Parts: sequence; structure tokens; C-alpha cells
Amino acid sequence: MQPVRENTGRKILEINNTVCTFEDSVLHIAGTLRIDNAGHFARAVLKELRTLDLKEITLNLEKLEDIDSAGVMALLYTRKRLSKKFPVVKIEGGNEDIEKKIEIFGSDTQLEEKPAPDYEITEAVGRQTYQFLASYIYGFFVLTADVVYWAVTDLFRTKTTREGEFVNQSVNIGVNASLIIIIMSYAIGLVMAIQSAQYLRIYGANIFIVDLTVIAIMSQMGPLITGVLVAGRSGSAIAAEVATMKITSELDALRTMGLDPIRYVVVPKLYASLFTIPLLIILANVSGIAGGATAAYYSLDITPEIFVNRMGSVMQNKDLVTAFVKSQVYAFIIVLTGTFYGFKVEQGAEGVGKVTTLSVVVSISFVILADAIMAVIFY
Amino acid sequence: MEKVVHVEGLYGTLGETEILNDVSFSAFKGEVTVIIGGSGSGKTTLLRHLLGLLPVETGHVSVLGRDISDMSEEEMNNMYHQMGVFYQNGALLNSMTVGENVAMPLVHQSNLPKSLIRDIVIMKLGLVNLKEAINLYPSQLSGGMLKRVALARAIAMDPPLLFCDEPGAGLDPVSLESLDNLILNLKERLGISIVLVTHEVSSILRVANRVVFLDQGKVLFEGPLEDALSSEIPQLRDFFSLLHTDLFPGHGK
Repeated sequence: MQPVRENTGRKILEINNTVCTFEDSVLHIAGTLRIDNAGHFARAVLKELRTLDLKEITLNLEKLEDIDSAGVMALLYTRKRLSKKFPVVKIEGGNEDIEKKIEIFGSDTQLEEKPAPDYEITEAVGRQTYQFLASYIYGFFVLTADVVYWAVTDLFRTKTTREGEFVNQSVNIGVNASLIIIIMSYAIGLVMAIQSAQYLRIYGANIFIVDLTVIAIMSQMGPLITGVLVAGRSGSAIAAEVATMKITSELDALRTMGLDPIRYVVVPKLYASLFTIPLLIILANVSGIAGGATAAYYSLDITPEIFVNRMGSVMQNKDLVTAFVKSQVYAFIIVLTGTFYGFKVEQGAEGVGKVTTLSVVVSISFVILADAIMAVIFY
Repeated sequence: MEKVVHVEGLYGTLGETEILNDVSFSAFKGEVTVIIGGSGSGKTTLLRHLLGLLPVETGHVSVLGRDISDMSEEEMNNMYHQMGVFYQNGALLNSMTVGENVAMPLVHQSNLPKSLIRDIVIMKLGLVNLKEAINLYPSQLSGGMLKRVALARAIAMDPPLLFCDEPGAGLDPVSLESLDNLILNLKERLGISIVLVTHEVSSILRVANRVVFLDQGKVLFEGPLEDALSSEIPQLRDFFSLLHTDLFPGHGK
């Protein structure tokens, strides 16, 4: 490449083999104008020339040796911006190759602007509300109706159900979650009893540690811990699985094979949840009470024998019934929320992440909300 | 003629399996070099070596006159500025619009002002006839349109060398011909060299200047397309046998 000869005018840019000088309304561009210096060129030229008071400016390319598409666009961009201030802005003097490139790359960069919809604010609010109701509320009810329909129908058409899927899902949702539920429930029972023990001791009401632990764990904490953990663990898995199946067209494939995706994918998960969550709640209750008994023994010298004897008089059948009802409600919430968000996925891998997160947040919130409502109803 | 890619004595393994066996060939400036071969012949592994995505343990790989066999990560990143890559499935980021996808290399690898980048993106999309799709998401495009956007992204930085991995995969014959013509058109207008991996015979006939034929990890033929078509190498003759098949035996009777 030949060395760049400098012009005698005012130098306004010298970078990466490019020299721009300005003299008598003419900007001489020498060297190369490529992607590595096109940005500097546009910024520097606009900054220097904007302040001038001239009728005409010429961008002279006689000494320009090479240009690429970014260089062409930078040149045209500079001309476009300068045209707003100066009546005449010309580009001239490029060799044949440069002229050809300007012709190839210098296409019109204007897009046809679509007029923005002209809504009133009230109409916009109305549209958004309608879309929310149609998409979320109505969509959720339709999904619930579908799931319940197929869940009931499949009870009587066992020949056509997926063989072994109920066991698979029960292992995934129930067996694999049991260890974390045992550990968490034990820890919460233990902490709750330790915290209460110091106050009970002051009033000489040591034995009531049993009442407190058993009632709190059986009626509230056991089902709630189970619901929240299953929502976080299995709810996210359901949402991610359904969403991935949707974006990889597996759901469409099921439909075109004459299989209803809800029946094939969702119903086994619902059956497994309805079956395993009550068992997990029993595990959580036993483990939580064991945690409480451990704390009672070490903090208040209440032996396990005394704890068990007292427990028999505190436990109520009602607690078992409410725990079972809660388990069934949680199972529906977790499976329906995961499925609903899974079906709503859009835009590939990032979409799967989004709906999975949303599903977990919403199902945990719904589980806690449902727990509060049932507490009011049952107690 | 100036070599844009030169491979010498390259061996490649995948685990315990030998995929490439003493591969040597060159691709030249301003030409379309097509790497062909059946499934499992090692085409994709070879391309990954050319892109520096697999380490070169035995042999040498030079791209644009520089040996990439033992380049540092930083040096390789600088090399990527001069290489465009067009992936088989487009590899567009679904969470971004078409315009954002094409703008990505410009935003991260140049210091151009935002409004200038937008102008360049519109121009590049104009080159692949998809200017109006700038605000759409990949999920809203057809297979052929996705490939064209991927091509626009691959040429966003005006690379002197473009690698294409099975660009025609999944396209119908009409869309495939249109994509081939687009690639040729861009090659002429931008003056870029192209290394293309494919097994689409119709595509090879349309775009290839040179052919590198791989079979079970070995280069069995390297040379101009005309020589490949008249070659006596049995595997290559089998590969091109589709050309000699009378697809419409009853036609014209």
C-alpha cells in the first residue's frame, strides 16, 4: 500500500492509515476507510465540520485507496448528517472500485414506517385488560377443564394410558423429593421447638411443647413445606419439560399422531402428584415432629415416651383430613401452573428459562395463598 | 494464487475414534471451495478444525496466511473478526430480533455509532432481500428466511473469508437454488472467498470452483469441479452418480 500523502489543509483525523484534511470547503479523505476506523471517521468529521458556516461541502475521495461496506455506510451516514446543516454536500473523486462499492452498498437504508396504532388511553387499557383476561384467566380455566376432563376420562380407559408413566412420574415427583423434604421438615420442627422452649420453660408449661409442635406441624407446616418444595422442584421441571417439548415441536408431533398432549404428558404427572404429595406430607409430618421431639428432649428434658404419650391426646383426625385435602389442592396447583406456563413458551432457549422461573414463582405463591384460604376455612 | 486456507497432515479424533486421517488441501482467494463427502466422512470435524473450535494435535491449519494450530485465545478472537461463519441451522439467537442478531458482531467488535450500525444492518439485510424483517424474531421467519438472516450476520463484518456449514440443509430445491445464487452474488459483490461444506449435489454444481472430496476421513480428491465430475475415483463417481440417474425415465416418450 502506498504511503498516504498529507494535504496541506487542517488535519481533522489521523487514525489507522486514514488521514482527513479540510481545506476550502473540501474534506480530503486519504488512505483506507474500513470497519476498524469508520466509526472514528464519522464522529470526528461530524464534530469538526458541524460548527462551520458554509453553503457547500465536498467529500473528496481521490486519495482514498480502499473502502469496505462499513466505510461506505460511514461516508453516506456522514453526508446524510451534514446535509441537515449544509445545503450542498457532495461526494466525488473515488476510483472505479470505490464507486462500484458505493453503488453496491449505498442502497436506501430507509424502512417503510408502519403508522403506530392510534389508540386512546382508555382503549389501550381496555385492550391490555382484555388480552390479560383472555390469555391468562380464560386460558388457565380452559387448561384446567381439559386436564380434569382427561384425568377423569383416563380413569375409565386404562388400556390407552402410557404404560409405566405413572410409576416414572411418581418416582420423579415423590421418591426423589423425599430426602429433601425429610431434612427440611426435621430442621424446621427442631428450630420451631427450640425457639418456643425458652418461653414455655419460663411459665412452667414444658409439656405444651408437644401440643405446639404437633399442631403446628400437622395442620400447617408439614403440608406447606411439602407444597413449597414440590412446587419449586417438580413445578419447574414440569414447566421446563412442557416448554421444551413445545419449542422442539414434540407437542405438535403428538397432536398429529392423534394423541392429546394434555392426556399424554400432563395427566400422568397429575396422577403421580395426587398420589405422592399426601405421602410426602406424611413424611414431612413425621420428620417435623421428630425434629420437635429432639428439641424437647434436649431443651426441656421431655423424653420421647412422654412426647409420644402426649402426642396421642393432641392429634386430631381432622388434621389428617385437612392435610389430605391440601395435598390434592397443591397437586392441582403445581401441575396446572407448570403446564400452563410451559404451553405459553415463546422464543427458544431463553423463553424456557423465563416460563420456568415464572412457573415456580406463581405456583409457590398460589400454594401459600391456597394454604391461607384453607386455614381460614378449616380452623 | 493466494491461499486463504491451507491444511497439511491434519489428523483428528473424537474420543478413541479417528475421524480425520492425514488431511491436506488448500482453498484459494476469490474461489468457492466445496468440501464434500457422505455422512460420517469427517466434513464437520474438518470445518471445526478450520474454525479453531477443535485443537490441532497433529498437522497444521493456516487461515488467511496465519497458522491457527497453536494460536492463543486472544489471537484466535482477532482471527474471528476476519472470518464469517454460516451455521447449518442459522444459529440465530431467538431472544433477539433479526436486526439485533445481524448487529451483534458490529456492536461487539467495532466502535461504530449506533445509528450507523442500524444503517449497516439495513444494508446487509437489503443484500439478502430481507430488509423489512428487521424487527421480526427468528421464530416468525421461514426456514429459507432464517438462512438468509444467518448469511447477513455472517457477512456483517465484511469478512474476507466465509465458512458455510451445510447451508442448504432442510431447504426445498427452489429455496436452495435461491440461497446458492445469493451466496454467489455476495461472493461477486463483496469479493470474498468461501469454504463451503455440503453434500447437496445440485448445490455443488452451482457454486463450486474447487472440490475437496472426503471419504472416511481421507482426502480422496482435490481439484477443480470439472475434474471432479470426470474423475475415475469410484467413491467420487458414486457420490456424483445422482447426476447420471435418469430421474424421469418416462419423460418425453
